[in-house]
Amino acid sequence: MKTNDLILQTTTKVVLFIIILFSVYIFFAGHYTPGGGFVGGLLTSGAIILLTLAFDMKTVKQILPFNYIYMAATGLLFAGGTAAGSLLFNVPFLTHAFGDVNIPILGETALHTATLFDLGVFLVVVGVTMTIIQTIGVDE
Amino acid sequence: MINFLILPLLIPFLTAILLIFCSKNVVLQRWVAGISAFINVAVAFLLVQKVRNNGIQTLNLSSWEAPFGITLVSDMLSALLVLTTTIIAFACVIYSFKSIGIEREKYFYYPALNFMIVGVIGAFSTGDIFNLFVFFEVLLMSSYVLLVLGGTKIQLRETIKYILVNVISSALFVIAVAYLYSVVGTLNMAHISVRLSELGQSGIITVIAVLFLIIFGLKGGIFPLYFWLPGSYYAPPAPVMALFGALLTKVGVYAIMRTYTLFFIHDTGYTHQLLMILSIITIIVGVVGAIAFSDIKKIIIYNIIVAIGVILFGVSVMTPDSLAGSIFYLIHDMIIKSGLFLLIGIIIAITGTSHLRKFSGLIKRYPGLGWTFFIAALVLAGIPPFSGFVGKVLIVKGGFESEHYWGGAIILGSSLLVLFSVMKIFINGFWGTPQNFAGESKVPVRKLLIAPIILVTISVLYGAGSEFIFPYILQAAETLANPSIYIDAVLKEW
Repeated sequence: MKTNDLILQTTTKVVLFIIILFSVYIFFAGHYTPGGGFVGGLLTSGAIILLTLAFDMKTVKQILPFNYIYMAATGLLFAGGTAAGSLLFNVPFLTHAFGDVNIPILGETALHTATLFDLGVFLVVVGVTMTIIQTIGVDE
Repeated sequence: MINFLILPLLIPFLTAILLIFCSKNVVLQRWVAGISAFINVAVAFLLVQKVRNNGIQTLNLSSWEAPFGITLVSDMLSALLVLTTTIIAFACVIYSFKSIGIEREKYFYYPALNFMIVGVIGAFSTGDIFNLFVFFEVLLMSSYVLLVLGGTKIQLRETIKYILVNVISSALFVIAVAYLYSVVGTLNMAHISVRLSELGQSGIITVIAVLFLIIFGLKGGIFPLYFWLPGSYYAPPAPVMALFGALLTKVGVYAIMRTYTLFFIHDTGYTHQLLMILSIITIIVGVVGAIAFSDIKKIIIYNIIVAIGVILFGVSVMTPDSLAGSIFYLIHDMIIKSGLFLLIGIIIAITGTSHLRKFSGLIKRYPGLGWTFFIAALVLAGIPPFSGFVGKVLIVKGGFESEHYWGGAIILGSSLLVLFSVMKIFINGFWGTPQNFAGESKVPVRKLLIAPIILVTISVLYGAGSEFIFPYILQAAETLANPSIYIDAVLKEW
C-alpha cells in the first residue's frame, strides 16, 4: 500500500528546522531560565523522530550518519571531563568556573563551564533516545 | 589533594566511556579494563591508608557547603568496602578474559561492568541519602545489562523478574526518602542524624525505619524479601554471578548498616529487635536452602543469604564487638563468595552441568582446582585460623554479651551446616571415580584459576593477618558505634 504522506513530508521539511533552532535556544536559555541540555536534547531527538516518521529509517540514516552510541559516550566524556577538570585546579569535584571574555564581534560575553557540562547532557540525551528509537523502531 | 576520595569512582567511569569507543577491538578492551581495574585497586588502597592516617575524608561536591550540597564521605568502613570492591572487580575482569565469550565482550560487557562498579563504589562513599538512591540506580541499570547480556532464555526470564522487583523497590526508596525529608527537612546523612536525635524517635520515624529495612532488605536479600535472589543470580555466567553475589547484595547490607547505626538509633527496642528476628530467620532459611539443593550454584547462592543474616545479626546487636565482627565478616564474605563463584564457574565450564550427581573425581585431573576449592570451603565455613572464624567469634561474642543466646547459638550451628553444604560439593564432585566430559579440553583451566587463586589467597591472608588488619576494622566499628564522629567530620562548623 502506498501511503499519501505529501503533507507530512512537506511540513516536516520546514518544521524540522524550527524545532532544531528552538532546541538550541532552549539549550542556551537553560543557563538562567527554564531549559537546558536535557530538554534541548529531547527536542532535538523529537525533531529527528519526526523526520523518521515522515520519511523512513534508511533516509534518515543517510542524512544523519551518526553512531548514536558513540554520541552518548562523547556526551558522557564532555560531562565527566568538565567535572573532572576541577581535579586539575584542586577544587572540589564538579566545581565550575565562569568569567567574562571579550570575543570579537560578539563583544563582552559571559562564558561558563556549566555550558560544556550541559552540552554533554544534550549529547547523551540525543544519543540514548535515538539508540532506543532505532532499536525498537525497526521492523524485521 | 582534596579530590582523592572521588578517584576510585572516577577511574571506572572514565574507563567505561573509553571502552565504549573501543567496543570493536576486544583485545584493546581487555587491556584497558584490566589495567584500569588494577590502578583502581592501588588507588583504593591509598585511600584506606589516608583514612587511617588522617581520619574521615569528606568532599563537598561543586563546593556547596555540607548540609546543602551533596557530600561524599569516606570513613573507614566505606574505604575498606571500596578497596574490597576494586579487588573483586579486578579479579572478575581478568577472569572474564577467558570465560565470558567474544560476543558479550563486543556488546559492551566491560563498559557495563565498569558502570556497575561506579554505582557500587558511589553507594559506598556517598554521604547523601538521595545520592545513595542515584547510585543504586546506576548500579541497577548496569546490572540489568549484565544480567540480560547474552540473551539466553533463562536470562531473559529472570531479568524480567529482577527488573520488576527492583523497579518496585526503587519506587519505595524514593517514597521513603520523601517521607524522611518531610520529617527532617534535609538529605545529608550526618545532618539527618542530628535532626533525628533532636526529634527523638516518634512513630513516623519507626515507620520510615521499617520502610528502609524493606527497601534495603529487597536489595540485600533478607527474609522474607530474598525470594527473587536464588532465581536471578542463577541465570548469568560465572563472573557476573560473582559480581552480583559479592557486591550487589552487600550494597543493601551496607545501606542497612549505615542507616541503622546513624539514623534509627533511638528506638532500638523495636527496630533492631525486628532486624534481629529477621536476620535469624534469614540464616535458618539460607542454611536450609544450602543443604537442600544439590545444584552447586544454588548451594553457593543460599550461602549468600546465610552470610547476610550473620552480618545483620551483628548489626542488630549493636555492641562495639559485634559491629567490628560484622564489618570483618562482611569483607571476608565479599572476597570469598566471589572466589567461590569463580571456582564453580570453572567446574561448570569443565563438566557442562551444575548438578552435583552428574560429575565426580575432578581432583584427579585438576588438583589445583580441587585444593583451591577445598581451602575456599574451609575459609567460607570459618574454620580457624581462616578469616570467617574471626568475624563470627566477634559477632557471637557480641550476641552472648548482650544476652541474645539464641541468636549466637544459631550462628554457631549454621557454621557447621555451611561447612557441610560446601563439603558436599567437595566430596561429591572432587572425590570418586574420574570421568571424561565432552569439551573439557577446550577449557583453559590454568588461566581461569588465576583470578580465584588471587581471591582465595587474599582471603587466607586476611584471616592470617587479622592481627594486623584489626585496627582498621576497629576504626570502622568505632565510627558506627559513635555517630558523632561521622557527624563532626561532615558538618565541621555545626
